[in-house]
Amino acid sequence: MAVVFEKTKGLTDIPFHYCPGCTHGIVHRLVAEVMEELGVLDKAIGVAPVGCAVFAYEYFNCDMQEAAHGRAPAVATGIKRVHPDKVVFTYQGDGDLAAIGTAETVHAAARGENITVIFVNNAIYGMTGGQMAPTSLIGQETLTTPYGRKPENNGYPVKMCEMLSTLDGASYIERVSVYDVKHILQAKKAIKNAFTAQLNKKGFSMIEVLSSCPTNWGLSPNEALKCIKDNMEPYYPLGVYKNTLEEVK
Amino acid sequence: MAKVLMKGNEALAEAAIQAGCRHYFGYPITPQNEVTAYMAKRMPEVGGVFLQAESEVSAINMVYGAGGAGARVLITSSSPGISLMQEGISYIAGAEVPCVIANIMRGGPGLGGIQPSQSDYFQATKGGGHGDYKLIVLAPSTIQEMADLVQQAFDIADKYRNPVMILGDGMLGQMMEPVDFDSIKKGENHIEEKTWATTGMGTRKKKNIINSLELDPQILEKHNIGLFKKYEKASKEEVRYEMINCEDAEIILVAYGTIARVVKNVIELAKRENIKVGLIRPVSLWPFPVEPFEKTVDHVKGYLSIEMSMGQMVEDVKLAVNGRKPVYFYGRAGGMVPETDAILEEIRKISGGAK
Repeated sequence: MAVVFEKTKGLTDIPFHYCPGCTHGIVHRLVAEVMEELGVLDKAIGVAPVGCAVFAYEYFNCDMQEAAHGRAPAVATGIKRVHPDKVVFTYQGDGDLAAIGTAETVHAAARGENITVIFVNNAIYGMTGGQMAPTSLIGQETLTTPYGRKPENNGYPVKMCEMLSTLDGASYIERVSVYDVKHILQAKKAIKNAFTAQLNKKGFSMIEVLSSCPTNWGLSPNEALKCIKDNMEPYYPLGVYKNTLEEVK
Repeated sequence: MAKVLMKGNEALAEAAIQAGCRHYFGYPITPQNEVTAYMAKRMPEVGGVFLQAESEVSAINMVYGAGGAGARVLITSSSPGISLMQEGISYIAGAEVPCVIANIMRGGPGLGGIQPSQSDYFQATKGGGHGDYKLIVLAPSTIQEMADLVQQAFDIADKYRNPVMILGDGMLGQMMEPVDFDSIKKGENHIEEKTWATTGMGTRKKKNIINSLELDPQILEKHNIGLFKKYEKASKEEVRYEMINCEDAEIILVAYGTIARVVKNVIELAKRENIKVGLIRPVSLWPFPVEPFEKTVDHVKGYLSIEMSMGQMVEDVKLAVNGRKPVYFYGRAGGMVPETDAILEEIRKISGGAK
């Protein structure tokens, strides 16, 4: 019988700990499939964050380091400077990448550090039970914004792709989502472009994935996917923000 | 190579390169800036990596990454910068990543000053970050010893898969002395293959993980016990100290690093006044040398700890002496250095007071 679908070799057999309906599983699979398709699993070294994806080092089927909260781009920098010909990536959430680790993110990009960052933006701190994230939307109710996020108190959500695309060291920056099949396929293409940029030694690449958190948003998985489309996408427009790959063509 | 005249900070950097270190991550801070400048120039010459990070927080995490990836890696800073690194140092110790960290101490607390001090002794030897862990801490008192200990530090770090700290001060970093690099005993010379490092799996069947997270308390306790078995071995095998004139000493001074040099002069001055004074100079601050105290506690009247701090190592001296003889303290802080006259006066007080 012909095999029509197989789990990627880029993931281990350890079951995910993620909540039902969480999109981390999809993003993990896409990253793993891309690495397998590019044939880089044997030379990949990943860096896991602190947050919901803290156990990512168990799931990706390659060498991994677990970083302190927000420090993944610095850890990845250390690894890449030792092994410039290996493929080094980080997998980070919004609190990790855009709050406590903002400096590490911005300066890794400014240096043109030849690494790939997978940024999962679900606009909330999931692991700690649903606090405001730097990317939480205006009006969003969380444990720490029980009356909704108010600009006069909490300021405005951070747009990382827009910020980082202004830096000369950034080679490939794209924002994607995973709320339906079409967008999942687009996300995979974007992730492949980011890894390709690294393989071509173009510098820092980041893919921001608009994701859902049904548990802490208090929505069903389907409602949560719809919420990405209706509420997140208007504030965080999808698209390619920086692409130096085209220039070489 | 004949003897070369070098600043302590430069000797530290050159010794690291000669020990096979090819990765250095740092951030500017006085009084250790000669290290970063030296490395920026020298690393490209030997095909190594010098990287100026955006902060000490980032720099120590680059060290975690590079050390975890199998490199011999050095990071240097001074007191406030070392404070910023404590989170990373805890992770490095927890994940058992070897590296060498040098703290060229200055006066504190807070922003403090830029003059030499020894006020980070507690932070270095008692675990400045969170959790049960130990650094192996080595304290040179000459530029030659700085070069010698840096060489040993890399071997020790690899042997125990543990961070090793070189604890110096601004004076040692800034002053110049002749150094002979040829005379340095090259320890294991060959660096053992780091089969645990994240190098990419290649043909390896099992993936490598560098990590300090463990949510199961039973497993985490086992990990802690494992770390302490390692520390127990180190506390037997890595003890280093110097003893001068201790055999028939009436009073034994205890001092490490820069201030031990001042204290050596005091021994002669005291002799002229017929007071027999000796010196115990701990070179390893952790493990703290207990042996020289055991050897001397029966015949000595008391110990006097001399420090460039408000009194930190004196607590370890008291633990070693364990109430069997009196332990005194004299120190200056904030960048002030105890002078021979003042130390001599303390000795007179103890000697006269005890008679």
